[in-house]
Amino acid sequence: MIKPHGGKLINRVLGGEDKEAAIERGKRLPRISIAQETLTDLENIAQGIFSPLEGFMNQQDFQSVVNRMRLANDLPWTIPITLDVSRETADRLPPGSEVALIDPSGDLAAILYLEDKYSFDREELARQVFKTTDDKHPGVKKVYSMADVLLGGKIDLVKEQPDPYEQYNLSPQETRILFKEKGWETVVAFQTRNPVHRAHEYLQKCALEVVDGLLLHPLVGGTKSDDIPTDIRMKCYEVIIKNYYHPQRTVFSVMPVNMRYAGPREAIFHALLRKNYGCTHFIVGRDHAGVGNYYGTYDAHYIFREFEPQELAITPFFFEHAFYCKQCQGMASNKTCPHSSSDHIFLSGTKVREMLSRGEVPPKEFTRREVAEVLIEGLRQKPQQPL
Amino acid sequence: MNSGDNRDKVTIKIPRRLYDEVKSLIADTGFSSATEFIVYVLRDIVAGGKLQKEESVDPEEMELIRKRLRALGYIK
Repeated sequence: MIKPHGGKLINRVLGGEDKEAAIERGKRLPRISIAQETLTDLENIAQGIFSPLEGFMNQQDFQSVVNRMRLANDLPWTIPITLDVSRETADRLPPGSEVALIDPSGDLAAILYLEDKYSFDREELARQVFKTTDDKHPGVKKVYSMADVLLGGKIDLVKEQPDPYEQYNLSPQETRILFKEKGWETVVAFQTRNPVHRAHEYLQKCALEVVDGLLLHPLVGGTKSDDIPTDIRMKCYEVIIKNYYHPQRTVFSVMPVNMRYAGPREAIFHALLRKNYGCTHFIVGRDHAGVGNYYGTYDAHYIFREFEPQELAITPFFFEHAFYCKQCQGMASNKTCPHSSSDHIFLSGTKVREMLSRGEVPPKEFTRREVAEVLIEGLRQKPQQPL
Repeated sequence: MNSGDNRDKVTIKIPRRLYDEVKSLIADTGFSSATEFIVYVLRDIVAGGKLQKEESVDPEEMELIRKRLRALGYIK
C-alpha cells in the first residue's frame, strides 16, 4: 500500500490515561480560544489527514511552504497550516510552554506545545499561495483577517468534535484497512465541493476502468457561503451512488477538511491528503479548487510538473473539459471528441441555477434526474441559499 | 576487486538542497565527501535493519476498525 506522505501516519489523538492527564493539566495552562476553521485544521492534524504535520507550522516550515511549496525538510507541501493569535495573546506565551486550545463550546480541545511565535507578511502569503492579493478572493479575504502572530508547535488532541457525517467519515487509517480488506492495490480518489454531475461521473468512471477502486471523497469542511450547502450535497452523493455506481468498486466517504480555493497549490495539497488515505491515484479536472477567474483552466495540471513524480508518489489523472456530445452520442472531452461545441450539451453554473430555481430539471446529458430533484428540493427548503 | 570500478556502482539522484545540507553537516568531520557519508549511513541502515517496516495496527484496534466498517456497511 502507498505510504503516507512523509512515511508515517500521524496519530495525535489522546486516549485513556494520557487524555485524562492532559485534561487535568489543561486546567492550569494559559488558554487560547480557537475558531471552528482552526479547530478543523487541528483535528485534521491529530487524525493524520495532514501527515506528516504534527502541529501548526513553525516559522521555518511556514516560510519554506510559502516560498518553495516544501516543508523545511524538503518534503513537498503547498498550503501553510497555521494558528494565528493577537500580539497581546502571543506576548503572554513563552516558547517552550504548553497552551490549552479551547473550542467554541468552551471545552479543552487540545494541548499546544509552543515552539515558536512569529510575524508574517500577509500580502506575500496571499500572493504566493493564492496567486492574487485581491481581497475578493475568499482565501485572500481570510488571510487579511488573520491575527498578527502565528504560533508553531505540536499538538495533542483531547476532544473530538461531534460529527454530523460520522457514518461516512472514515479516517485515513480506516480507509487504508478498508482498501486492504477489499483487495484493492490501486485506488483513485475524486475530490469535489459540488454535486456530482454527468461530466464528473464520466471522469471517475474513466479512471475506475484502470484501477481497482474509486474513492468518491467530497470535502465537507468549511466552504464559502455561496457553495452548495453540505447537507444538500450529501443527499446528491447518496442518490447518485445508489443508482449509478458499482457497489463493489466504489467507496463513498467524506474528507472533513476546509476548502482554501487556492487552485493549483490546493490540487497538490488535495492529492497529498488522499495519499494519506491510501489512494494511489487522484483525479485533477479543469480549474481544480478554483474560484472566479483567478487561475488558468489547467494551471492545476501544470503545477504537478514542479515536483518529481516519486516525491508526490500519488499519480495524478489529468482530465480536460468533459460534456455530452450529440454526434459522439456519449460523454467525451476536448481530447476525445472531434466535433464542434454546437454538438455539445453543457450548461453554465448560472444557467443550471436558473433552471433549478424554476423547478426545471436540466437535460439528462448534463445531470442525473435524481441529483437535480435533490437540488430543486434543497432550493425549495432553503430559498435564500443561492445554488 | 578494484574499489574504483564503476561497473559496480550506480548513480542515485538526491535534491540539490539536501546535498548542500549534507556537505555542511560533514564539514570538519572524517568524511571526505558527501558520497562517502551517504554510503556510510545507508550501509548502517541496511546492516542494522533499522528501517521501519510498514507500521502494523494493533490487532485489537484493527478489529475495532473492522467492526465499525461492518456496521457502516463498507464490508460484510
